[in-house]
Amino acid sequence: MSDVTAIANGREAGLGAADLVGGAPTDYLALLKPRVMSLVIFTALAGLVAAPVHVHPVIGFAALLAISVGAGASGALNMWYDRDIDAIMSRTRTRPIPSGRIAPREALAFGLTLSAFAVFTLGVVTNWLAAGLLAFTIFFYAVVYTMWLKRWTPQNIVIGGAAGAFPPMIGWAAATGSISVESLALFSIIFFWTPPHFWALALFKSADYGRAGVPMLPNVKGAARTRLEIFLYSVLLVPVCLSPWMIGFEGRAYGVVALVSSLIMLALAFAVWRDTEGRDKDKAAKRLFAYSILHLFLLFAVIVAEHGILAPLGFAS
Amino acid sequence: MDPRSPIENGVVLTPAQQKARRQRNIAIGLAVALLCALFYAVTIAKLGSGVIKGAG
Repeated sequence: MSDVTAIANGREAGLGAADLVGGAPTDYLALLKPRVMSLVIFTALAGLVAAPVHVHPVIGFAALLAISVGAGASGALNMWYDRDIDAIMSRTRTRPIPSGRIAPREALAFGLTLSAFAVFTLGVVTNWLAAGLLAFTIFFYAVVYTMWLKRWTPQNIVIGGAAGAFPPMIGWAAATGSISVESLALFSIIFFWTPPHFWALALFKSADYGRAGVPMLPNVKGAARTRLEIFLYSVLLVPVCLSPWMIGFEGRAYGVVALVSSLIMLALAFAVWRDTEGRDKDKAAKRLFAYSILHLFLLFAVIVAEHGILAPLGFAS
Repeated sequence: MDPRSPIENGVVLTPAQQKARRQRNIAIGLAVALLCALFYAVTIAKLGSGVIKGAG
């Protein structure tokens, strides 16, 4: 549709300039949640290079691009649906839709179009199992998590965390055309990492979530219960992070890094559980939140290094 | 029927909106070009070097 036709049609529908004319390309890029996308690219890359099948670099690049665009598209759909609560929360009120830089219908069209393109491209370039997993991930994040779980249950990010855990499995499936115990181990790391990571954030942003009416665990069950669950999930996370090494899929370098980093994460989670008074309580949660990102990065960086750099050079840890 | 064109009748874009539209058009053009290049490269990668040798 040309701009002239769009303007004429929009006028008949009672729309104004803000409904028809979107923001700058950077605003559309912000809809894709670039920081989340970078984590998706990194974890999908780990799944892709860790797979026991050689993938042509061009095919690998195209697969990663499709996976990251699919993840970004689900972010745009999330921002479209959550625009009412995004406008209330301090962390999200500068996003393109609540700040008025992009109209909601443009974000919806953008998200749907990119989703379709990403799934189709991944299917054509690699295989339809990987494409199906990507489609399911987009559906899970945009519909199951955003539209259903997020506003309904304090377990929202526990179940919804699966959406963020799928990328390494998609990367593995893109390379091998299958799902295996190794890719399930990579999935489990992100799945069990998500609750302590997001609940640490929710502890020092609970007022924000409360104002928006999002039933995060601290708002529903209280800070004490959240601190305990953060610690329990962090205990569970230790063997989960070690599982790739225990099943013989990763080498000693991974085992050492995973053990040391998991214990640091556990110590920080213990501090969150114990420091319940004064200024330290928020500080401990902020420290855990920041370290949890580094923890995940370290684990997947070692996987990428072991399989993508050291193994091709003939080194085995 | 209004004899004036839709532009005369319709929403008038501000300079900032016109700039944003121009930037979007460039971004869409680049994305399409990248997609064409990507599908070309993927096609060559999938066909492999055997096709080039066979064509000679």
